[in-house]
Formats: sequence, C-alpha cells, structure tokens
Amino acid sequence: MTRTLVLDDVSKTFPTGTVALDGVSLSVAAGEFVTVVGPSGCGKSTLLRLASGLDEVTGGEIEVNATSTSYVFQEATLLEWRSALRNVELAGELRGAAKPDRRRRAQEALDLVGLSGFEKQHPRQLSGGMRMRVSIARALVAEPDLALFDEPFGALDEITRLRMQTELQSLFELKNFAGLFITHSVSEAVYLSTRVVVMSGRPGRVVADIPVPWSYPRPPELRYEPEFAALTGEVSAALGEHS
Amino acid sequence: MSAAAVNAPAADTQSGTRDVVAQAPARAGVRRGLVSAGAKVWPLLAAVGGIVAVWYAVTYLVLSPERRFLLPPLHQVIGTTVGNPNIMGPMLDALGQTVGVALSGLAIAVVLGIGYAVVMVQAGWVEKILYPYAVILQTIPILALTPLIGIWMGYGFSARIVVCVIIALFPMIANTLFGLQSAGPAAHDLFTLNRATRAQRLFKLQFPAALPSIFTGLRNAAGLSVIGAIVGDFFFQQGLPGIGGLLRVYTLRLNMDALFTAIILTALFGVAVFSVFAALDRAVIGRWYGRGAP
Repeated sequence: MTRTLVLDDVSKTFPTGTVALDGVSLSVAAGEFVTVVGPSGCGKSTLLRLASGLDEVTGGEIEVNATSTSYVFQEATLLEWRSALRNVELAGELRGAAKPDRRRRAQEALDLVGLSGFEKQHPRQLSGGMRMRVSIARALVAEPDLALFDEPFGALDEITRLRMQTELQSLFELKNFAGLFITHSVSEAVYLSTRVVVMSGRPGRVVADIPVPWSYPRPPELRYEPEFAALTGEVSAALGEHS
Repeated sequence: MSAAAVNAPAADTQSGTRDVVAQAPARAGVRRGLVSAGAKVWPLLAAVGGIVAVWYAVTYLVLSPERRFLLPPLHQVIGTTVGNPNIMGPMLDALGQTVGVALSGLAIAVVLGIGYAVVMVQAGWVEKILYPYAVILQTIPILALTPLIGIWMGYGFSARIVVCVIIALFPMIANTLFGLQSAGPAAHDLFTLNRATRAQRLFKLQFPAALPSIFTGLRNAAGLSVIGAIVGDFFFQQGLPGIGGLLRVYTLRLNMDALFTAIILTALFGVAVFSVFAALDRAVIGRWYGRGAP
C-alpha cells in the first residue's frame, strides 16, 4: 500500500515562539480517510497547511506522493464574481488547461455534487451548503490523489452538515483518494473516516490513533447504532484525557 | 431548493448607498429594476422640491423687498437668463470648457490612481514607501497649491487638468488599494496552491475583488474632479474661460440672476456626473455578482 502522505516527527514553531505542533507522525495511504480531531488551537489546521505546502515545517519531514493535491477550506472560499461553474473551473484555468476540457470536467464535478442546473448561479445566490458543494467540486475536479479538508462543515447547520457528511463519504468511495480531514466533531470523525487520529491541546501531539471498522457506503442510521456510540465514546475519552 | 440569501457585508463601507436586495425570482427582475429606479429618483425629486420651496420662502418671507436682490426668485433667475442668448451662449460654452477639463482630469486620475495602487499592492515595503506620498497629496489644500501650478504651467487647459488630477487622485488610490487588499487569505491560499502567477493573482483575484471599491472611488473622484475644474477656472482667469471664471465675473458685477444660473448649471453637472457613475456602478456590479444579487 503506497503511503500518499507521510509526516515524520513534524514540528512547527511560529516566529512568535508558539509551538503549534510537536513531533507529530502520521501517514495517510490511498483509499484511507483519516480524520484528525483535537481541541481548538491544537494545530490541526497548521497540520494541513504543512501537508499542502502552504507552510514550512520547522522540524521533521513531510513526504507527499501525489501528482495532485487539493484543499477544501473552512469557508467555501468562492470567488463572488464567478458563477458556480467558473469557480469550479478556476484550478484548471490557473494551471493552463484548455477551455473545453476544463469546462467539461467542471460540469462533471458539479453534477457529481448534485448541483446540475446551478452552473450559472453566483455564490451569493446559493445557500451555505450549496456553496460548500461548489467548493468540494472545485477540489475534486483536479482528480486529486490527496484531498485535504480543513473543517469544511464547521459553519453549516446540523441538518446540512449531516447530509454533507453522507455525500462526502460516497464521493470518497467513488474517487478513492487519500483523505485527511480536520474537525472537532467526534461523530463526524467516526462517521466519515477509516481512522481517527486524536491530538492533544497545544502543543499538538498525536495521543491516539483509532481505526474505524465499517465499510462504505455507511448508512446515516449508523450514527444511532450502539457500536458507533462505543467508538465515539472511545475517541471522546482519548480527547478528554489530553485536552 | 430555496436559495437562501447570503447577504455578505456590503463592500462599499464608505458610501453605504448600495442596497442589499433580498433574493427574488429572476422573472420579477425587470419590474423590480424599474421600481428601484423609481424609488431612487423619487427622493431626489423631493429634495429638489424642498430646495426650491426653501428658496422661495427665503426670497419672499425672509428678505425685505429692497434686499430681495440677494436671492431673486427662481422664475426670475430663469426668465432673465435662460431665454437670453447673450448670457446663455457664453455660459454654456464655459460649462463645456469646464466639463472637458473635469472629464480629462478624471480620466487621468483614474488611470494614475489604479496604476499607483497596483504598484503598491505588489509588496508590503512598496506600499510603506509609496503610500505617504498619496496622503501628503491629499492633505495639501488644493487652494494653496493652485496658484503655484498656475505660475509653473500657465493658465491653460493642462494646468487646470493638473488641478483636477491632484484633487481626484487620492480617492482613486485609496479605494483601489483597499479593494485590491480585500481578497481574503484563504482565496490567496487557493491561488498559491494552484501555483498562480503574479499576473493571474492580480487579474483573476485582486482586481475583480477590487471592482466594487474602484467604483466607489470613481464616484468620489468624479465629484471632486468637477470641483477641481471649477477651482482651476476660478484661479486661472486668463486663457480659456470656464464656468468658474464666469462665477467670479458675475460675482464682481453683482449679476445675481446670471450667478444663480451658473451655480445651478454647475450643480446639475455635478449631479449628472455622480448619477452616471452611480448607475454604471450598479449595472456593472450587479452583473458582476450575478443577476438578482446585491
């Protein structure tokens, strides 16, 4: 099994002296969906910025074996002046893809996230959930080997959030990228992932690495099964001991 | 699925005039457009009516008949000037002259102001070095500078345009810079992750994000360039006559009817320039953010 993303003893100290991460080791293989949970300010987002190359490590090493990496931000981060379709096209446009090709792929990605018919709508005309779908379509259009998610559903209401979780895990099943997902919702972590990594409060360290056994697709009702509750309990306990 | 309106905070905090329109079906768009155009014209007409009412009240109720020449009634002002080609002819020529100066000055200020802001936004240190010049330009009273410009450049078209540019430049620079810096850090990260070039970042992110505030700057600069042109006329009596020059002549001769007509013409010109840019603003920004969006 190829390991798409490997973090080996990674540390990050900011110029201000804040130690965000301290000796974090973590790997994500193709077909794995790893979720990182931890208290606020434990360096979860820093972890993603390092993995994506937006920031440099101050200790340890990061190895990325992916031809294409995509990143889904906390906010949808859409360009307000572009239609949904042209927002999804942006990555191809910046990388110099031919227009008919990138437009066709953008359309496919929008269809995939259930936004057929909304191509021409501008972000302000879309609901929060729909904006996040456009954002996910923009990430998937590049056919990423590695997909990074920085608490993408944190700002959504509960109902939309649960539906987005269901949709994301079926997208994961379909595309089979290596996924690294940041959240502070334990139930979201357990429902979505093949493995839950628990981090301690600042400085961030990995304190538990808990495998999730169920195969995909996972029905939404799984959230109410006793074994689901047992696993979220285990994750919560690991969180509670170290936060 | 209902499209919940996500009303992002209006970008033009300086003017605060852009309405935040709630979502409505596209079919109603045209009618709503007409209604909102009517709703915008209405208060303006009411304001004009209010000014006229106060004018007549002062003329007939405040001023005694022997002092009434200070504010002659509107119908007398219009009656003695508008029908008289010996007064209206030179006045309209002068206004045309001033309009030419104002629009030329505005065009130059727009190009220079946007260019200056684009250069500043390239690096933090460039902004630190260049921004104080813009502030100094803004803080020197234009009235203090204008006579000097006349001495250096003569009293023709180009000196008047320079006055216009100096007065209209700062709002263009400041608003464009504010707009170019308005794209969020996550949007910049998105461009970084996709290995965007500096030009791509400027033209596909910063510039489009700046468009609403560039229009705010344009509206302010347009109003100021009218003032600049009249200030130039007023100081530079030699050379080409402008409406500002006539204002001075009428004042010295105590030709009150002509003076008031000239003032009304300059006010109408100012309102016209402002309205054109406000309408352009609404049309372009409305299109830019999608039909039905604020």
